Amino acid sequence: MKTTQILIAGFGGQGILFAGKFLAYKGLLEELQVSWLPSYGPEMRGGTANCNVILSEQPVGSPIVTAPDVLIAMNLPSLQKYVDTVVPGGQIYVDSSLIGVKVERTDVEVFYIPATAMAREQHIPTLANMIIMGHLLQNNPELSFDGTDTVVAKLVPPTKAALVELNMKALTLGKEYSA
Amino acid sequence: MAQRILMKGNEAIAEAAIRAGCRHYFGYPITPQTEIAAYMAKKMPKIGGVFLQAESEVASINMVYGAAAAGMRVMTSSSSPGISLKAEGLSYIAGSDVPALVVNVQRGGPGLGGIQPSQSDYFQATKGGGHGDYRMIVLAPASVQEMASLTIKGFNLADKYRMTSMILADGTIGQMMEPISFEDAEIEVYEKPWALTGTNCERKHNVVNSLYLKPEALEVTNFERYERYKIVEENEPMWEEYMMDDAEICVVAFGIASRVAKNAIVAARQEGIKVGLIRPITLWPFPKEALRKAADKVKGFISVELSMGQMIEDVRLYTQCKRPVGLCNRCGGMIPSPDEVLASIRNAEKGVF
Repeated sequence: MKTTQILIAGFGGQGILFAGKFLAYKGLLEELQVSWLPSYGPEMRGGTANCNVILSEQPVGSPIVTAPDVLIAMNLPSLQKYVDTVVPGGQIYVDSSLIGVKVERTDVEVFYIPATAMAREQHIPTLANMIIMGHLLQNNPELSFDGTDTVVAKLVPPTKAALVELNMKALTLGKEYSA
Repeated sequence: MAQRILMKGNEAIAEAAIRAGCRHYFGYPITPQTEIAAYMAKKMPKIGGVFLQAESEVASINMVYGAAAAGMRVMTSSSSPGISLKAEGLSYIAGSDVPALVVNVQRGGPGLGGIQPSQSDYFQATKGGGHGDYRMIVLAPASVQEMASLTIKGFNLADKYRMTSMILADGTIGQMMEPISFEDAEIEVYEKPWALTGTNCERKHNVVNSLYLKPEALEVTNFERYERYKIVEENEPMWEEYMMDDAEICVVAFGIASRVAKNAIVAARQEGIKVGLIRPITLWPFPKEALRKAADKVKGFISVELSMGQMIEDVRLYTQCKRPVGLCNRCGGMIPSPDEVLASIRNAEKGVF
């Protein structure tokens, strides 16, 4: 892995920033250089939210992701807004339970995961984000699944320790999902 | 290897301030720096410090003035419109020669402007803002690590020279998270015999004041203050040079703009263009010598800024207009893309600045 630029986008409340933090901490664990940049405008108070994460073996230059290697789209407006910014050969993760359209580009790898529906079915309705993260780790072996429990434990406040297990459940669901 | 933790830029400032011995924080919330106040509100009561959300920016800067006069390590933080409100206090603090740390996590202006990142308070920070002859040490972090290290440095310098240090950051660096370590922090402690700590009937009263009705006396205080500023200008300029050894074009940028510029420089180098970067870390004192030396060897400069072009005036001044200086800028909360900076570099290569 040289430098991977990741853009996660969706509605406020879908855990966009949390998913980004998960990747950033995972990168930290892998001893990579890391940056995490949230949108902090009025969009955070409803509407679209997005998060830029860069994982790199070199020091990170600009923390702003303009040409993502990986796009995670958790709603239609986000997919439409960013689909053309993904670099050729890049990956797009689509929550197909919320996004009915297919990606028309043929020069990118697209993963459709009905994450929101899966999460609801498994009684973890707020963890669609982590299902997608699990699938992302599965498809990016250099990030690996190792140590994810440590990362989740870092992210979940001690008062909500029970959530560690649920996050791990979501990650595993995503890891094992095949279309 | 030093232990790395992930922190937001704003939180890094707050944690660094606490480690530097700051136990007094006075502020008023404003995006995009509110995490500083939030962090202080959580931590200060646990360590015997004071967190106070004042009724206004004007009140908070005057509380800073008071605590500074009492010899405390004290700070406030705000964003652009809030700093304008603090300007009167900044001038009084300067006129009284007390040390303080003021953080400006800039957002787009003028007026209420917007809440997205900006660098358009360069003039305000480096040329005044408040009234009268005075200077502030202005530190411009370009990473979360520097948010922490320059906060500690800022407290040290403020105490050393009895003046205000300003951290001039922007919304991006304030909001982003990066790994940082506090292991190299060097905290300096200075005696403050001038502080208002109570005489205990053992010494003469100290007076902290900025009012001098006799012009002769006021002139002397200004002369003396500027002697001190001269020492700061000689000893304290900080800057980073990146790929400058063989550079024919020099990009000048600070803060977030320098991060974008580095991406563009790497891309331009791949095209064979010899370009480098001078990143001022102190905006005042400006790294004059670095610019003057660069002017003798490069064919021109590009100032990359999130403003209509403010630092560019200092670049022209300190290169004595020996070489052309171009501007690559966005403003109002927009950030130039690496491609936009690259386009400016390509133009410069062709002699177009």
